[in-house]
Amino acid sequence: MIKINIKKNLNTADGVIILSVNKEIKKGDFLTLFGKSGSGKTTLLRIIAGLETPDSGEIIFDDEVWFDGSKKINLPPQKRGVGFVFQDYALFPNMSVRQNLEFALKNKNESKKVDEILEIMEITNLSSMMPHNLSGGQKQRVAVARSLMSNPKMLLLDEPLSALDHVMRAKLQDELLAVHKRFNITSILVSHDIGEVFKLSNRVFKISLGEITNDGTPTQVFANQNLSSKFKLTAEVLSIKKSDILYIIELLSHNEIIKVTATKKDIENIREGDSVLVSSKAFNPIFTKI
Amino acid sequence: MDESFIQTMSLTFRLAFITTVILLIVGIPLGYYLSQTKSKFKPVIETFVSMPLVLPPSVLGFYLLLAFSPKGAFGEFLQENFDIRLVFSFEGLVIASIIFSLPFMVHPIQSGFSALSKSLKEASYTLGKSRFETIWFVLLPNIKSSLLTASVITFAHTVGEFGVVLMIGGNIAGETKVASIAIYDEVESLNYAVANQYAFTLFIITFAILLFVYGVNKSMVRSEFK
Repeated sequence: MIKINIKKNLNTADGVIILSVNKEIKKGDFLTLFGKSGSGKTTLLRIIAGLETPDSGEIIFDDEVWFDGSKKINLPPQKRGVGFVFQDYALFPNMSVRQNLEFALKNKNESKKVDEILEIMEITNLSSMMPHNLSGGQKQRVAVARSLMSNPKMLLLDEPLSALDHVMRAKLQDELLAVHKRFNITSILVSHDIGEVFKLSNRVFKISLGEITNDGTPTQVFANQNLSSKFKLTAEVLSIKKSDILYIIELLSHNEIIKVTATKKDIENIREGDSVLVSSKAFNPIFTKI
Repeated sequence: MDESFIQTMSLTFRLAFITTVILLIVGIPLGYYLSQTKSKFKPVIETFVSMPLVLPPSVLGFYLLLAFSPKGAFGEFLQENFDIRLVFSFEGLVIASIIFSLPFMVHPIQSGFSALSKSLKEASYTLGKSRFETIWFVLLPNIKSSLLTASVITFAHTVGEFGVVLMIGGNIAGETKVASIAIYDEVESLNYAVANQYAFTLFIITFAILLFVYGVNKSMVRSEFK
């Protein structure tokens, strides 16, 4: 379990905001930090990793003090034992895929472990390639593999899928989930993609201007619980077109385009590009055997 | 080729080689520090490093002459305690060249480090590696072309230096007489043939060095980004 109780002043585009967090995260959780850019979510992740220092407060992992502002304790990132996957993957350009993984070993004699992780991540065939010859998805897999080399206590992921297309994203989301379960690890993901949040995490912190405004399961945070609907899915609004008295809305959900109708009142606050939760009652479904 | 020509040329390249090696050792930590620091003293340090770029060489040479002179406090201290005399000596030339060529070594290294993504360093830290391991195994191998450029420019610049060398070294054959001084000296004595021998040798060697650097750098860049 990790206890985080910190404060830090941040200079953002909206002026100075105070990042203020007081939460506990259970072992084995898959937590997503969700919010707009500049809300402080990446800073919080970097503070947990030890790459940035809070102004005050404390971070305690199990019984180990990682940070204590009043006692001037600040464990450097080297000693925290977390795996960190960067947005630009940060693979070392001078080393092959295999050498990138070997560099992360604590004990140079464990080359068996390199083979094992290469196998799990299905990148054995890439082992002699240099990073600049890899595709985005391959780089991401190598970055996750490297972060797992030292048996990390936590896996911290800073928008690792944001640069990938939809198909690759869906595939790598499955893989991240598999890694999370296989290594029984605590994972924290920074994301601003609601679909991703629902698919991966069991808990979400919704962060706005440095404050955690919502905390709960994705459904609790994003859906109105009082809704007695039977179908729910998250989607991105692609287009809104007027057709006589109704509006036809095109939605993208899990790589499928759905067309639905809505009244003017339904879509009052909704614009193209918004992420929405679509729900419907159980009337009139059509079944087609596949 | 006569003996004094060979002596002067070998002195010139020995000076440039020693200066480059020492500056490489000094320039890597200094360039790294300047690329990372957020200290308020950074502009002051950068100014000192860059001063030799704009300062007339004779000004620098003049102050070094005063500082190194056995009649001055620093020169006297060195002479009495260590029996070192830095004016009109090879050691003095090395120190003057190090100061004078400092920006040519530090600037390319500093910009090489600055151009690397910050996440490379941070990734290495989260993998449990110390700062030294990170610089040695991750950062330096990725600024190889900056290191090569810095070393070659420093070397070439030291070979060609005139003003500082004349002020502080004078013109002692086998001790402080380098090629650029020799050219001036021979022209003054109207020995145009000998002057041309020095000048043409420097011309050819400089051309060869730069051609080598551009050739190697091109293949380095190609292998990094193909």
